Amino acid sequence: MKSIEELKAIKAKVQAELNTRDAVGDADTRIVVGMATCGIAAGARPVLNAFLEEVKNRHLSGVKVTQTGCLGMCRLEPMVEVYVPGKDKVTYIKITPDAVKKIIAEHIVNGNVVSEYVIRNNN
Amino acid sequence: MIRNHVLICGGTGCTSGKSRNIYERFNTLIAENNLTGEVQSVMTGCFGLCALGPVVVVYPEGAFYSQVKEADVDEIVSEHIIKGRIVKRLLYQETVKEGEDGVSSLSETSFYKKQMRLALRNCGVINPENIEEYIAYDGYAALAKALTEMTPQQVVDTLKASGLRGRGGAGFPTGNKWQFAKDVPGDTKYVCCNADEGDPGAFMDRSVLEGDPHAVLEAMAIAGYAIGSDQGYIYVRAEYPIAVARLEVAIKQAKEYGLLGDNIFGTGFNFDVEIRLGAGAFVCGEETALMTSIEGNRGEPRPRPPFPAVKGLFAKPTILNNVETYANVPQIILKGSEWFSAIGTEKSKGTKVFALGGKIQNTGLVEVPMGTTLRTIIEDIGGGIPNGKKFKSAQTGGPSGGCIPASLIDIAIDYESLLAIGSMMGSGGLIVMDEDSCMVDIAKFFLEFTVEESCGKCTPCRIGTKRLLELLEKVTNGSATLATLEEMERLCYYIKDNSLCGLGQTAPNPVLSTLKYFKDEYLAHVTEKRCPAGVCKKLISFKINEKCVGCTLCARKCPVSAINGKVKEKHMIDKEKCIKCGVCAENCKFKAIDRV
Repeated sequence: MKSIEELKAIKAKVQAELNTRDAVGDADTRIVVGMATCGIAAGARPVLNAFLEEVKNRHLSGVKVTQTGCLGMCRLEPMVEVYVPGKDKVTYIKITPDAVKKIIAEHIVNGNVVSEYVIRNNN
Repeated sequence: MIRNHVLICGGTGCTSGKSRNIYERFNTLIAENNLTGEVQSVMTGCFGLCALGPVVVVYPEGAFYSQVKEADVDEIVSEHIIKGRIVKRLLYQETVKEGEDGVSSLSETSFYKKQMRLALRNCGVINPENIEEYIAYDGYAALAKALTEMTPQQVVDTLKASGLRGRGGAGFPTGNKWQFAKDVPGDTKYVCCNADEGDPGAFMDRSVLEGDPHAVLEAMAIAGYAIGSDQGYIYVRAEYPIAVARLEVAIKQAKEYGLLGDNIFGTGFNFDVEIRLGAGAFVCGEETALMTSIEGNRGEPRPRPPFPAVKGLFAKPTILNNVETYANVPQIILKGSEWFSAIGTEKSKGTKVFALGGKIQNTGLVEVPMGTTLRTIIEDIGGGIPNGKKFKSAQTGGPSGGCIPASLIDIAIDYESLLAIGSMMGSGGLIVMDEDSCMVDIAKFFLEFTVEESCGKCTPCRIGTKRLLELLEKVTNGSATLATLEEMERLCYYIKDNSLCGLGQTAPNPVLSTLKYFKDEYLAHVTEKRCPAGVCKKLISFKINEKCVGCTLCARKCPVSAINGKVKEKHMIDKEKCIKCGVCAENCKFKAIDRV
């Protein structure tokens, strides 16, 4: 190790990878992906990975991506629930990796719900 | 991209519970399910809740699975990892949320709530065999800060102002020790780490080395910079194979990354660390004996002064600190002395790690701020005494310490308060005893240990402890008189005052403290020839009472056929044959056998 910059570079690189090694806290924004058999069959895994990738690339702290079981409406999978502290839960349906980018950019970063993917009464 | 981290405890406790097999099963299943790169399994250091091991924690959900078996791994993978459904039946009971899916936070459970993990901060968090994870959690940043922003004197001053004191037992101020060694002129100086943890029941230092070995290496390099040394030695017992292996990996990695070796951070500072294995002699935990052993000689203490800071290892100025002391140093350098001195009591700063053992629900490793009461440790964190028994005493400081009676359970634990009641902090073993423990027998146990471990160099310790043990044996076999007790006390003070090193000077403490707080038990042994707890075999006998229905079970269980009697008639114990093993009383379903 020849310089402190080298040490800092290692720290920054590994820290991003270890972001998920922290239990979710009450102050965190939670992105929960339905990962039951139905979700996985509909393509939830690439969606989950896309979320993780985006959170890492944008260095979003306090945003945790977790998984859950079946959300009950298997025909609308992959489903994603977003919990922002102090706000109502938002449920998104039929999410693709492309939609993930939109949700992160508009909802998580800018605070605007992406209405085209939000679940509706007539779904 | 990693979405789930699976942390498996790789401490000695969980390893003996086959946690390595669990780790390997996870790896197999992760590969089989094509989850490589998405799910990462990691062997970590000790989580502290050894009683519930093997422990597995899955993040980011923070699900704390306890007493996991290899066969449970399939379910955790197929349910939790693949489908996101937490396996409730394996969760640590206190973290289960009734009727809900999530888990409640581990830091809110009674075991962790009142703890403060500084020395153990990375244990159960990082992979100790991966230096990059240590770096991610601020590792080696303190060394960088010390080397580039601070003078050696500023490092020493920070340590002094922090109030950090030696965690190995005596509690000497660490900064002062470093100052002495710094002020002694000389080109060659040494930095030593005492990892010869010898107290029965103590495993704090082992857990730090197993869970966070780089913290100790970093602190030793900082110490080297402060006093002007380029060579460190870690003296660790060979009975700690996992700790030794992780230290070896850590030293190798630190050298590869240039964090040990020549010209660290381009500052021209050189520092190297070598491991020396001890063969397990208790006396080698004493500083002068330890250094004699590193030099390649038989581990025997030598008189002080000269102190090691002046004339230590190979007759050069040397500092010797304990593992836990070192584990605190990097954070003090990083966060400053005020941060550290704000924790704890007036004279004892920071936290202390205790190895909680004996008659306690949550056997394990706990770290609390100095000044925490014994009651908090035993009742809240430790979960109390199992089987509804009553708390009788806690033994701190191992063979050098003393017994704290139940009447002093509200004592705030720090260096001074423990000394004041005739015990000592020691390295941090904390053994809990319930009403079934005989205090004379406990004193005898510790004295047997010191008699065995006395190195034999000085007479007061070699012969004095042996004679003291013989007097104690008289008490437990019923041949003692009141004069014996007086003689014991006199001998205790003689050994304390005249022994060469800490081993002999503290060896009588278990006897003195039990004599002080449990005099009535000694008197019962001496005057009534009775052991109130029913432990000392010479003083107890077994008798069959009127409740006996003649089921013959005791007669069949007795290993020496000392019980006679016909079916459906009251049985009798032949006192000549009886070896007082107690098997009959344990097996009797009618409570018909009394221990008197």
